[in-house]
This record gives sequence, structure tokens and C-alpha cells, in this order.
Amino acid sequence: MAGLFSKLKDKLGKTRKGFIEKVEGIFTGAGKIDEDLYEELEEVLIQSDVGVNTTLEIIEMLRKSVKEKKISDPVLLKDEMKEQITLLLGEENPLHFAEKEPTVYLIVGVNGVGKTTTIGKLAKSLQSEGKSVLLAAGDTFRAAASEQLEIWGQRSGVGVIRQSEGADPAAVAYDALQAVKSRNIDVLLIDTAGRLHNKVNLMKELSKIKKVIEREVPSGPHEVLLVLDATTGQNAIQQVKLFQEAVDVTGIILTKLDGTAKGGVVLGIQREAKVPVKLIGIGEGLDDLRPFVPQEFADALFA
Amino acid sequence: MAMFEGLSEKLQATFKRLRGKGKLTEADVTEAMREVRVALLEADVNFKVVKDLVAKIKERAVGHEVMESLTPGQQVIKIVHEEIINLMGANESKLEISPKPPTVIMLVGLQGAGKTTHGAKLAHMLKKQGKQPVLAACDIYRPAAIKQLQVLGEQIKVPVFSLGQDSPVKIAQESIEFARKNGNDTLIIDTAGRLHINEELMDELTNIKEKVEPHEILLVVDAMTGQDAVNVAEAFNQQLGLNGVILSKLDGDTRGGAALSVKAVTGCPIKFAGVGEKIDALEVFHPDRMASRILGMGDVLTLIEKAQQNFDEKKAKEMEEKIRKQEISLEDFLDQIKQLRNMGPLSSVLEMIPGMGKQLKDVQIDENEFNKAEAIIQSMTPEERKKPLVIKDSRKKRIARGSGTTIQDVGKLLKQYEQTKKMMKQLSGMPGMGGGGASSAPKGSKKGKKGKKGGQGKKSPFKLPFPF
Repeated sequence: MAGLFSKLKDKLGKTRKGFIEKVEGIFTGAGKIDEDLYEELEEVLIQSDVGVNTTLEIIEMLRKSVKEKKISDPVLLKDEMKEQITLLLGEENPLHFAEKEPTVYLIVGVNGVGKTTTIGKLAKSLQSEGKSVLLAAGDTFRAAASEQLEIWGQRSGVGVIRQSEGADPAAVAYDALQAVKSRNIDVLLIDTAGRLHNKVNLMKELSKIKKVIEREVPSGPHEVLLVLDATTGQNAIQQVKLFQEAVDVTGIILTKLDGTAKGGVVLGIQREAKVPVKLIGIGEGLDDLRPFVPQEFADALFA
Repeated sequence: MAMFEGLSEKLQATFKRLRGKGKLTEADVTEAMREVRVALLEADVNFKVVKDLVAKIKERAVGHEVMESLTPGQQVIKIVHEEIINLMGANESKLEISPKPPTVIMLVGLQGAGKTTHGAKLAHMLKKQGKQPVLAACDIYRPAAIKQLQVLGEQIKVPVFSLGQDSPVKIAQESIEFARKNGNDTLIIDTAGRLHINEELMDELTNIKEKVEPHEILLVVDAMTGQDAVNVAEAFNQQLGLNGVILSKLDGDTRGGAALSVKAVTGCPIKFAGVGEKIDALEVFHPDRMASRILGMGDVLTLIEKAQQNFDEKKAKEMEEKIRKQEISLEDFLDQIKQLRNMGPLSSVLEMIPGMGKQLKDVQIDENEFNKAEAIIQSMTPEERKKPLVIKDSRKKRIARGSGTTIQDVGKLLKQYEQTKKMMKQLSGMPGMGGGGASSAPKGSKKGKKGKKGGQGKKSPFKLPFPF
């Protein structure tokens, strides 16, 4: 935990600190717990994209426990709040691996959230755990997406299965599935083109890819990971719901947490869709992908 | 769209309580403003922007303006709408064109906002307007970013200037020379995505700016951005002094509150909006229409423009006549499907119709359904198309076989046709396309004011020229 914070601090410099100090001031500056303090907390949560309804719920829970536990010190209130949020986020939820067959992960998300970059980082991290990894360049739509994945593959010395631009992504997935089986590879990461969740046909294309996986590796896919940009607002909830409908998302990867966005919408997601956050992205380096730790995330909201 | 509780729905629910009252007390307004605040926040308008906006609306609402009006609820909706337009700006703003070419446009923004894609889209749009653009590839960091721009440039036949992984400042500088030498009148500089708090990379942008002195520095912002939009826009604006904004991914189902936030903190106009994955899916941004979108009032003006571009005028007239007389046949139905599909993805067309957001709340638009419908109608005899009532079981069987569908599909289509006819009846009875109800009053008054701009005379309200 300390490691992550020092790393974040390194990266963020002065500006973020400016944001953080404001929040800190709420707890230390206030002498007692009153309506103003609750209102300020409400503001912090809303400005972190937690969403109005979820925020009101959290504040309500907080009021209740303040009453029950007879808390009067604003500093203790802060800890109580973090606890509530940690609770809402659930347990730590590591990636799932296959027992016998090769492990297959399908990576999905809207445009520009960082799917390809995340796959590059994930490949590296799996490899450093001693696993053999193969990548499938399923984004056959965006110009040069396959090239982008290939460069990531080269960086960590991982093979990439690709076809030409405009090819059927399900066919790319099929090729890659055959390759992992014949080459005895541990983990296959399938990249897909970014797509807005309200485009029905594109979502159907994803279901098709998933069906191919299910046919070729019956226990798979072992994870369907939705990559979510931490700067996204309340629309993220809609994204989760519709991707879940199409391909049964099993986990979320929250990217771009190294900016000033807090990604608070994942709290709303836990309330409405119950998809666990598994990993977070905190930079562009190869090892900037970390497991999601609820406690840490709660701390970062009120750092 | 589906399952999304639109802002206007929320506001309408709120104002239902206000409706019918003769006068508004301050308590009434306070209650309504609470709902307005929640709705705007849920639409991702920034917290502080909402605060200011709500204060302004409240001030006006409690004033005599409302007290004197007969329907206070409607008046409040109108004020909300007007204040949002005030903030968004009423008119579209154009690109600054330099008298001494090349006009230099620089695109900046966070990672994944869509700079590269929108650079190409913008080049394509300018080319269609008779300009000779060139793209400069200054994103030397993201793997294959240069290649991406080159592929896109090839698609739209616009040259791409690149020096590989050389310094972005140098690439930008030399791209101007390149443009001058090759007679390109517009230069679009693509830059790498960066965090607004990354000092080193932000300084790089300043260096590029100082060297090339762009006429336009445009911030590309994802329409789905949440509260952080203000921090990002503020930081880029402070560092560079922005001239405008491109709002990307507006074809999603987000309300796009970020548009309001960005405009409020930078004062910069939003000049363009990205509305799809195709290279021509870039539109001039109409702030007044965006206000309507945020309020869920539908984007009638854009729809009319699209319809005018794509619809065969004579056919549309004939159709209007038929709608009026409620005598459309399946043949017309087929015709309409074809014309409608020419207008672009159906979901985006439908979203522009006022009231449709609500009516189609749980309906998923599946383009394949239309392939099916076309096949079914094409398997009918001319007589059947004219008088669908004659289609009984044995004919249904034949049609299903002929079109490769099932009897249920045929039955479903016939039912849809009947429903459409019914809907036509309702539509032709309406004074306009406003969808009736309380919100039509402020909309009507707005239409009156803007009549000259939208080309909407009072006498010829826009009739829906297709069966939906």
C-alpha cells in the first residue's frame, strides 16, 4: 500500500496535491460534526463522480453509524466514511485462472479507455509471474490497432496473433485459440475494438467472439474484463450494464487513475451492477497496472 | 438510451407537481431546484457549474416573471432551458481562417479522447469544403500512433507529415514548411495524449505553440467525461489558451453534461462534435441543440437537416400527403425503411426526435430487423402490399418461406405496420412534432423565435416523413 502511494506521489507532483489538500482541510479544519460537514463530504463524493444517489446513500449510512457509535470527532468520521466505502467496494478480487485448459481473457470497452495499453501491461505482469502469454489482435477496425498491440508484444517479448485490417475479429480469436492450444500457452489475452455500448450490432459482434471462445475452450473465457476510464462520469454505469448484457463482464479494470479523476463511479457500479474492480491503471509504464485494493481506493478518495 | 432516465423526464416529473398552481412560492422553486440540481449532476455537469446555474435559475424563477405567468411550471422549464443555452452560447462558431496560409490547427487532450481520429475527421471535412489540408504526426509516444494517422490519411487522401520519433516541436515546426512548399492551406497538428498534471508534457505543448503559433488550439474532450472535465479543461486552457473544443463520442448515450462544464470554465466554444466511428461522422457543433439534448428535448433541427440532405423531396411530399390521409401501404413502408436507412444509423436518427427518447426507452434498435422487414415485404405480391388485410395464414406461410423468415416474423411485421398506421393517425392530429404535453409550450415559443433560422414556419411544422 505504501508503495502505491509513494508511486502516485512521484507521478503526480504539485497539482494533484492541490486537490488533495482541499479535501484534507474538511476533516481537520472542522471542529465538530454538523450539517456543514456532511454537506462538504457530499461535495467531495459528488466531485469524485460517485453519483448523487450513491452519495446520498453513503451519507445516510454515515449518519446512522455516527449515531450508533456516538462519534463526535470529525477525524474519526473520516475513518468511518472510508470504512463504509471499503465495505461497499467488497473484497479484493484477483484474476481467475483456468485449472487445466489455457486461460482466456476477453478485454472489452468503449473507445479510448486504454484496452490495448492495458493488455500490454497485463501481458508483462503475467509473464513476470512465470506464465507464457499470447495476444490476439481483435481490434481489426481502428487504423493501426494491430500494430500498436504488436509493439506492446515486442516490448515484453510476447507473441501476437493478427490478421489484416477489417478481418472478422471472431476469426482472429479462433486463430489465437488454436495457437494457444497447440503451443501450450498459459494465458491468451484477446483485444477487441473499442465500441460504444449503445451500438447493438457491435455488441453482437462481441457476443460472437465470446461464443467462439466457449466453443474452443469450454471453461473459458475465464475473465471478461471491461476496461473503464476513470475520468468517465455516470455513463460508466450504463456501460457496465450493457457490456454485461452482451458478454457477462466478470471484472473491471479502472484506468487512468494517475490523473485528477478519482473514478468514484465504481461505487455507483457496485450498487447497481455488482461487477468487481480487479485492476487499476496508474500510468503508461509497463508495470503501472496494479491489483485493486478497496481500502486503498477509499483512502485515495479522501487522501 | 435504453434504461437511461433522461434529464427532461426527471424535470417533467418535478414540474408536474408545480403545474396547475397559479403562483410559485419560494418553497416551490426551492423544491424544484433540488431536482434540477440532481438531474444536472446525474448528467455529469460539474458540481460547481451546477451550483452557479441553479442559483441563477432560482433567482429568475422566484422573480415576478414566474408570478405573472399563467403556467408557472412551464415557465420554469423555459428558464432552465434558456439558462443552459445562455451558458452554452447560442450560435455555432467557425474555425479561424488565417489570411496567410497555412491556417494552423493544433489538437490537444487527454489520452483516448480521440485526437488522432478527429484530426483525420477534421481534415476530411475541410477537404470536402475545398481546402487542402495536411496532417502532422506529433504523437511520438503512443505505439503506432503515427501509423494510425498515416492509415487514416491514406483513406481520406490527405498527406501526413511525419519525422518518425523525432522531437514533436521539430516535427510541428517543419510541418509548416512542408505545408507551405506543397501549397496546403490548412495544417492540422496531432499531438500525444497527456495528463493535464504532467508538467513536462504540458511544457512540450507550450513549446510547440510558441514555435508554430497556431490559429486554433482545440481541446478534444470525451463527451462521457465526468466531474473531472473542469480540471482538465482549466489546466489545458491555462497552459495554452484554448480557442475551442471538439466534443468526441457524442454518439453514445451520455447526456454530455461535460459540454456545459467545459464551456463554463474555459469560455471556449465547442466547435465540432464527433458522432460516429466513420471518418465523416463529424458535425459542426450547435450549442442550442446541445442544450436540448441535455434536457432530453430532442434535436429536431439536426434531424431536419439530415432529412433534407437525404430525402427525396418529391417522395417526402407524397408521403406527407399519405400520412395526412392515413393511407400508407406496405410498399410505402418499404420505401421509408430504405430512405430512413440512408440517413445513417437508426439509433442516432431516432434519438433526435423529441419525445422519442422517452417512447423508445426500452426499445433496442436492431438494424437486422430492418433487413428482415425488407425481405418480408419483398416476398409479398403487389396486392398484398397494398392491402395487407388479405394476408391470412396460408399467405403468411408462403411469405415466410419466400423471405427466409418465420410466420411469427411476418405476423410481427404486420402488427408493426398496423401500429405505425395508428401512430400516424396521432401524429397527423398534432399541431407539431412537439409530442404534446407540458413541455410543448416553452418549445413552441422557442420555435417561434428561431423560426427564421430553422426554416420552421408556423404553418408547416415538421412532419415525420417515415413510419415511426
